[in-house]
Amino acid sequence: MSKRSYWMLLAVALLVIAPLLMGGEFGGADGAAAALVEQTEGFATWFDPIWTPPSGEIEGMFFSLQAALGALVVGYAIGRAHERGRSKDLKDGDTPPQA
Amino acid sequence: MHIMEGYLPASHALGWTIAAAPFVLAGTARIRGIIREKPEARLTLAASGAFAFVLSALKIPSVTGSCSHPTGTGLGAIVFGPSVMAVLGLIVLLFQALLLAHGGITTLGANTFSMAIVGPWVAFGIWKLAGRLGMPFAVAVFLAASLGDLATYVFTSLQLALAYPDPVSGFVGAAAKFAGIFAITQLPLAIAEGLLTVVVMEALSGKIRDEDRVATLAGEGK
Repeated sequence: MSKRSYWMLLAVALLVIAPLLMGGEFGGADGAAAALVEQTEGFATWFDPIWTPPSGEIEGMFFSLQAALGALVVGYAIGRAHERGRSKDLKDGDTPPQA
Repeated sequence: MHIMEGYLPASHALGWTIAAAPFVLAGTARIRGIIREKPEARLTLAASGAFAFVLSALKIPSVTGSCSHPTGTGLGAIVFGPSVMAVLGLIVLLFQALLLAHGGITTLGANTFSMAIVGPWVAFGIWKLAGRLGMPFAVAVFLAASLGDLATYVFTSLQLALAYPDPVSGFVGAAAKFAGIFAITQLPLAIAEGLLTVVVMEALSGKIRDEDRVATLAGEGK
């Protein structure tokens, strides 16, 4: 990974950590918008979710699953790109590694 | 940016679904074309969807003291054009609507329109514009992905304002209120998404010149 990437990842980490240090309740923005909608006079939802995770734990599991599945595929693709780069280097005339 | 299940009036829910449908159909055709004609790009296509999967699962704290999530739709839009993301974004939204009760089936059309259509089109437009202005790869990708992310949230604010205009200040007032919740929270997240998109595109394309990265990822390089 390039030096540039390391700096950018560090910046991402800071962007996440800084708000935590500043403090707050950290509720979801989607929920805040929904609360604003609910203030509308006569508002009522007309359709309920078909299935709702029974607890925060189950919800956490599905969110983790979503992130894990995505990361698995992205990681696999990066690994393949790395492998492709290495075999190309070899073709370009580098000494192959001794078995 | 998820509008919750049942939170849009039925007419709006239907309207956004109809509006989103042609984009999804066009995206399906485009994905088929890519798989048929550029088999080398299949892995990038999968990674584009997977990147949106990861980023939209991450609820990240923001300076406003509330949490939101990035969208991850800029990467695929930059490499393949915006249409593929209509389909890949829809898959992400469907997963969240069915298994997480985030978003919903009735609001799937509206959420697809903001996250999987408007965001990717803005990202693609910025990417093209930045290229024309001669901006370097990393800057162009950063701007495209960040502004695409932000555009999704601004658009969600407009969708909600259209459905629920303020009794006094009307559509504009309501849009400002919803944007106050979404857009400001989203600013640091959009920056993070822009940076991550550069990092992942670089990692996916390997050790090559910046100028060749997108073509390589799209299966057009050697």
